Amino acid sequence: MKRYNIRIAGVGGQGVVTSAHILGNAMSAAGKYATLVPFFGSEKRMAPVEAYVRVSDQPIYEVGEVVYPNVIMIYHPQVITHGKSYTMPFYSGLKENGLAIINTDVDIVPEEDWVVLKELNTRVYMFPATKLALDIAGTELATNMAMIGLFFGITRIVGFEHIEQAVKERFLGNTFVASGGTTALDSAIEKKFKKKMELLEKNMQVIREAFKVAEERGWVEEEALTT
Amino acid sequence: MPEQRVVDADYLLLEAPRERKFITGAQAMAEAVKRANVDIAIAYPITPQSEVMHLVGDIWAQGYLKDYYRAEEEYGAMSAIAGAVRGGARAFSATSGPGLLRGLEAIASWPGHRIPAVLGVLTRVVNAPLSIQPDNVEISYLLNCGMVVLHAENQQDVFDFTLASFIISEKVDVYIPIAVCTEGFFVTHAKGYVNMTPEDMKLPPRDPYKAPVPPTDCEIPPARIQRDAPVQKSNFMSYLIHAVWQQEIWASNRRAMKYIYKYLGGPIEVVNPDAEVFVVASGCAAAQGREAVRYAQLEGLNVGLVKVKSICPFPVNEVRQVLSKAKAIIVPEHNIVGWLAKEVKAAIPNSDAVIGGPRVYGGMTLPVELIMEKVYDAFGIKKEKKVVV
Repeated sequence: MKRYNIRIAGVGGQGVVTSAHILGNAMSAAGKYATLVPFFGSEKRMAPVEAYVRVSDQPIYEVGEVVYPNVIMIYHPQVITHGKSYTMPFYSGLKENGLAIINTDVDIVPEEDWVVLKELNTRVYMFPATKLALDIAGTELATNMAMIGLFFGITRIVGFEHIEQAVKERFLGNTFVASGGTTALDSAIEKKFKKKMELLEKNMQVIREAFKVAEERGWVEEEALTT
Repeated sequence: MPEQRVVDADYLLLEAPRERKFITGAQAMAEAVKRANVDIAIAYPITPQSEVMHLVGDIWAQGYLKDYYRAEEEYGAMSAIAGAVRGGARAFSATSGPGLLRGLEAIASWPGHRIPAVLGVLTRVVNAPLSIQPDNVEISYLLNCGMVVLHAENQQDVFDFTLASFIISEKVDVYIPIAVCTEGFFVTHAKGYVNMTPEDMKLPPRDPYKAPVPPTDCEIPPARIQRDAPVQKSNFMSYLIHAVWQQEIWASNRRAMKYIYKYLGGPIEVVNPDAEVFVVASGCAAAQGREAVRYAQLEGLNVGLVKVKSICPFPVNEVRQVLSKAKAIIVPEHNIVGWLAKEVKAAIPNSDAVIGGPRVYGGMTLPVELIMEKVYDAFGIKKEKKVVV
């Protein structure tokens, strides 16, 4: 693996930036490299949100937004159908032989866009991430987990344990020390902790399921992207 | 705050153990100030700004600095720096974009007044239409002041350049201010790994008597230009005094070079010196240049990088030597005027080889792909462009 330059497009409330952080932290947990740039706009629910992540097994020097991605992740169908995006069309800047992961139940890519994507030799993976989140975790808020789960499921650039560590960091932070059991947590904290543990477990289930989807559909990529 | 002990400057800058931290560029600058035995920080913060003077305020509250003076506007802030430094203090300020230009009249007078201050310049757009993004055209305004101008690529450079600048600027044969510039947001707001010297060690205090001109209002003639200005003399005396004085300032600027070698490993860094085509860049454009070298390697193209750390004094001989056989010289910049390309062209005999650009303005991202387009041009490679932008 050399480098994945990822552009994530979604809408406010989907956890686009959160999942970008988890993506980066999973790389760090695996002893690899990642840099992260969120787009600073006026974020609000259902308004366009973009985040950019660069991941690699080598140091990354580059700064700024990813203008020419080789991976595009579309977290919400409206990014394509309603043009809810800072970058229009959704594939603008996409390099040849890249990867597009789209959250949708049906093919929402217009015919003329398919022509371009085929020309660019893009591997397009359409995948009902929100449905999976609802089915497994009982909330569409886990859509972002399904999306990064599928990305890691396809690319296999870090181990499952690294993703788990990153998700744990996100949900538990440094506030809970779960090891040893030397100190009894008082009941309030325990309750809160329990809730967080449940959340964590559900999120991990979604990621696991997305991994399975990648495998069952034969989407796992052996060949690494080069730039 | 930990008890800090004074250690030898050379030891702190060159030998002291270092610890790796993951911090922003603004934090890196404040961490350097923390270890620099600074007497006073002076600032007038207003948007656009960086977090630097806020963070320096925090370390003042913790006891690392003796004083923190909040000026009433930028001209006042930069004039107060001159006063504090002429009075014998070690002073620091940081500014950005429009604030730098508002204070520029005072800043331009610092070298002539022999003010060894350190100024952080965290670049932002200065030209209209308004934007608060990291365009670096403001650095060009500093290049004619006589001060030393360093341009940091990343958080590590920010720390190293800032800490060393206090020592370099106070060398008796230099004794002029140093601007440590870097891009706002891309460096100031982003985190990177920084190897830092121990928190409990600091530089020796400034010795104001170790100076080419004495501090305050001494009776020794040269220093009297402040209270006994040449304009009060005849025109001819005024011309003469100004001329010899400014010649000495610019000679001081060139003399800083040997300390840039000693403390910063030289004014340039070269990657792949045997390259056919070079990218010459400073600041965070150099980071993009590093990636261009990597992209080129993947495609089997022989491309090198010259990172320019010191813009003024400009490393004329060093750049000339490295670029003597270059087929093409690509100068990517974060500004519309191309001030670095001009410096490079002026330095080398083969200035035809310089390709000015790619340039991005208004603080836009500088994609490596734009640099690669120039690389392909230089090698005469025609690429069919399928990417839709």
